[in-house]
Amino acid sequence: MSVTAGPQLTHLQALESEAIHVMREVAAELERPVLLFSGGKDSIVLLRLAEKAFRPAPFPFPLMHVDTGHNFPEVIEFRDRRVGELGERLLVASVQESIDTGRVVEESGPRASRNRLQTVTLLDAIAAHGFDAAFGGARRDEERARAKERVMSFRDDFGQWDPKSQRPELWNLYNGRIRRGEHVRVFPLSNWTELDVWEYIAQERLEVPSIYYAHEREVFERDGMLYAWRDGAQLIDGERVFAETVRYRTVGDMSCTGGVRSRATTLEEVVAEIAATTITERGETRADDRVSEAAMEDRKKAGYF
Amino acid sequence: MTLDLLRFTTAGSVDDGKSTLIGRLLYDTQQVFDDQLAHVAEASRRRGGDGALDLALLTDGLRAEREQGITIDVAYRYFATPPTDDGGGRRFIIADCPGHQQYTRNMVTGASTADLAVILLDVRHGLLEQSKRHAFISALLGIPHLVVAVNKMDLVDCSRERFGEIVEEFERFAAKLRGRPGVVYIPISALDGDNVVARSERMDWYDGPTLLELLEQVEVAYDHPYDVPARLPVQWVIRPSGELGGSDYRAYAGQLASGALRPGDPVVVLPGGRPTRVAAIDTFGEEIPEALAPLSIAVRLDDELDISRGDMLAIADQPPQVAREIEADVCWFTDQPLRAGARYELKHTTRVAGAVVDRLLDVVDVHTLERNPAPPQLALNDIGRVRLRTSAPLAFDPYERNRRTGSFILIDPATNGTVGAGMISR
Repeated sequence: MSVTAGPQLTHLQALESEAIHVMREVAAELERPVLLFSGGKDSIVLLRLAEKAFRPAPFPFPLMHVDTGHNFPEVIEFRDRRVGELGERLLVASVQESIDTGRVVEESGPRASRNRLQTVTLLDAIAAHGFDAAFGGARRDEERARAKERVMSFRDDFGQWDPKSQRPELWNLYNGRIRRGEHVRVFPLSNWTELDVWEYIAQERLEVPSIYYAHEREVFERDGMLYAWRDGAQLIDGERVFAETVRYRTVGDMSCTGGVRSRATTLEEVVAEIAATTITERGETRADDRVSEAAMEDRKKAGYF
Repeated sequence: MTLDLLRFTTAGSVDDGKSTLIGRLLYDTQQVFDDQLAHVAEASRRRGGDGALDLALLTDGLRAEREQGITIDVAYRYFATPPTDDGGGRRFIIADCPGHQQYTRNMVTGASTADLAVILLDVRHGLLEQSKRHAFISALLGIPHLVVAVNKMDLVDCSRERFGEIVEEFERFAAKLRGRPGVVYIPISALDGDNVVARSERMDWYDGPTLLELLEQVEVAYDHPYDVPARLPVQWVIRPSGELGGSDYRAYAGQLASGALRPGDPVVVLPGGRPTRVAAIDTFGEEIPEALAPLSIAVRLDDELDISRGDMLAIADQPPQVAREIEADVCWFTDQPLRAGARYELKHTTRVAGAVVDRLLDVVDVHTLERNPAPPQLALNDIGRVRLRTSAPLAFDPYERNRRTGSFILIDPATNGTVGAGMISR
């Protein structure tokens, strides 16, 4: 072990310490937590925070990925490699299985997305494993429904979020008491912004999937967004596939996550680009939030991430 | 150096212009993104405004709120000012507390983590009940800085006299507040932007800071770690059993609630009081020579002691009090009133204990700040002093001296709801 210079608290240290505190509270007070790991930047940060909270011991919870079957292959490859490095246990809940067993019905048409279907798969997996707490990487700066959500957010036995009757959250005292069948969603990054996340990734020198960096890819343009071309995607009249240099600001389903034109090929360039951006991350890249003024609110109430 | 992260809370009565003020802060610090702005422009048009951008819509939340034109819960907003050469620039977290429903609960929640409170007044109405309540709660919750933003100055021709009258009125009220916090008064117009981010030209008689200047400069509680004794509530014991790490490793993990801790420091383990020393302080494989609050750390000790979650490590020469009977100011959040004899779960630092209400000592009249003795109950939104007995000893400091080790929440075991918040006085 090396001895480093004395701490001078920065905002990143303050946010990090708060998040570690939240993770340890949940591990101590709930029986069967799980950490939702998508391979995206926010959940990559969660894994580093879990290392800081619990090492040199193993994590006191498994990791779980809700796989829509439409994920970027680069992200799945990264996910498995990162889990291997950590030596932790990964569970995969599959939307395809939910479709195959008739729990959900696949949407059809060129705009079909498995985004909404994930909620059923997630809730089924939480129930099947008996999880009573699920860590997620959501942040309050992402979206206005999220701005109102607690760090430790109660879900009833239907997995629903009721924004009107949330438990007050005071000081750093969290109330994780639940009945059987209920669970809490826990968001240690609640107070982080997108820029904080990238600055932290740069500070910690964390690896992120290659799609976060500028790369050339076959895309098509729809509603002003650049979607990755993949087998099975359907074009609408007038759309064509072309090559473009893009990077991703968020990692979601290929069917509903748009890329942005970018030349940023290093962490430092990505941080600089995020610091200078004039569009929110979900507004620029997520078709799932464009459906209506309250798209996220509705999905959250139903039990979404 | 000051922490470059400031948490503050805003509250005001309905129509004081709170949403407009927050929108103005975000807009004038260039924190509003193009797609958000387009959304606000569209919503402003749809609601039939005069064509001007309604900045209040930037803080629009849930559908029910938009439909009913109300705010139902505390919302958190984020903005930042760019770093400057002289150490300026900060990240800000706003806890935006709605004023009319569940107001005590919302204000107390927002205030519990805030370093500064912005109390918004409408210059035409002066000091109303709601503003008094907010100022009282801010002082009770130990917020060190109060800012009274006197809004809508444009509607009284930016009158220096009217502003002066409100300052006088508030000063008379503030003299009765606990701890007599320092108050800064700023005449603003959130609608036009005067003295929020940009200095007002029409109010050249005002020579104090703009709201943003003040927010960038105030010190936060953690800026003086050496003035407060170290406290580490133990959250979790790190003791690897398998292949990872040495099997004799044992560290006590938690977030430093206050003060500074170094290897070699003599500490006591509470509530028992056994003495030992800090052997090392770890943060993820690195030993650090010093930890300052609010850092999350893992501490190894010289001696092998039986220590578990809920215990507290404290600097040996200034230990906290240990007791099973406490007096505390309690804010009550639920319809079912608090009465003597009732039993709750009490969560204090990392310890959960049973608590029984011995006696209700008084209830505060927020209007006069008088304490009326021996009330029969504390109802929803009431604040009063209560004597509690706990099933296990608590290691605590009076809230006035330490917000982290002097606070607790009460949980109703029948509903699992958080029904009250308490600040220990002794």
